Amino acid sequence: MTIAPYLVLSALLFFVGTVGVILKRNVIAVFLCIELMLNGANLSFVAFSRFLGRVDGQVFVFFVMVVAAAEAAVGLAVTIALYRNRKTLNIDDADIMKW
Amino acid sequence: MEPAIFYLCSTVAAAGALGVVVSRKVFYSAVSLIVCLAALAGLYMLLQAPFIAAVQVIVYAGAIMVLFLFVIMLLDPFSAAVLADKRRYLQFMGIALGLIALFLLAPLVAVHDMRTVPHSPSPALGTAYAIGKSIFTDYLLPFEATSALILVAIIGAVVLGKRHP
Repeated sequence: MTIAPYLVLSALLFFVGTVGVILKRNVIAVFLCIELMLNGANLSFVAFSRFLGRVDGQVFVFFVMVVAAAEAAVGLAVTIALYRNRKTLNIDDADIMKW
Repeated sequence: MEPAIFYLCSTVAAAGALGVVVSRKVFYSAVSLIVCLAALAGLYMLLQAPFIAAVQVIVYAGAIMVLFLFVIMLLDPFSAAVLADKRRYLQFMGIALGLIALFLLAPLVAVHDMRTVPHSPSPALGTAYAIGKSIFTDYLLPFEATSALILVAIIGAVVLGKRHP
């Protein structure tokens, strides 16, 4: 097998995640789509790590997972604070900081 | 054998990814994402990265997604996620931007001299030993920075989640 099918799947996951981030109106759904994009990038990292025979790609995936965990914790705390103050999860209603 | 497993796992992963975007209720989106993550863990096993596959299942599907499901259940689990009904143009814009991203990625995939699988891959490439050795030698500084990041994330989550009277 070549690396190409893995990259195609990775691009597909990233594409679907991008579309979801732009289309979804629910804060948590947007977070889920961001996780999808991160996983598309992770698949590329692991595939290149395998086909170049170097371990660095997998180390990067490890770091991406750590950052994703931190992002999920802080993002979900922000979501809870938003729901507590505004009683909404719609990102169009959270526009105080928009110019 | 390898192509069969690849196509099985990639079909499940793509279906899960589509489910995340298509389903209108956030709860079902999260469950679809868990399916997608599990299929990706299978692909990581296929790519001889057992440590990453295990971390994917234990940390990603096991911890991060459970956190997501907790919050979804805490807020309003089965509220229908409103799509951009008011703003039709957002849908076209989203799909157009996604297609542009795909086109930007296409040359990478289209390169013909892509390396094939090396015949004798080093079997110890994806083990916890190899990854740990790399993390604690070449990537020691990013690893320490990661610990600071996690500390900041913990404090931020506690402060943000606290109820201010």
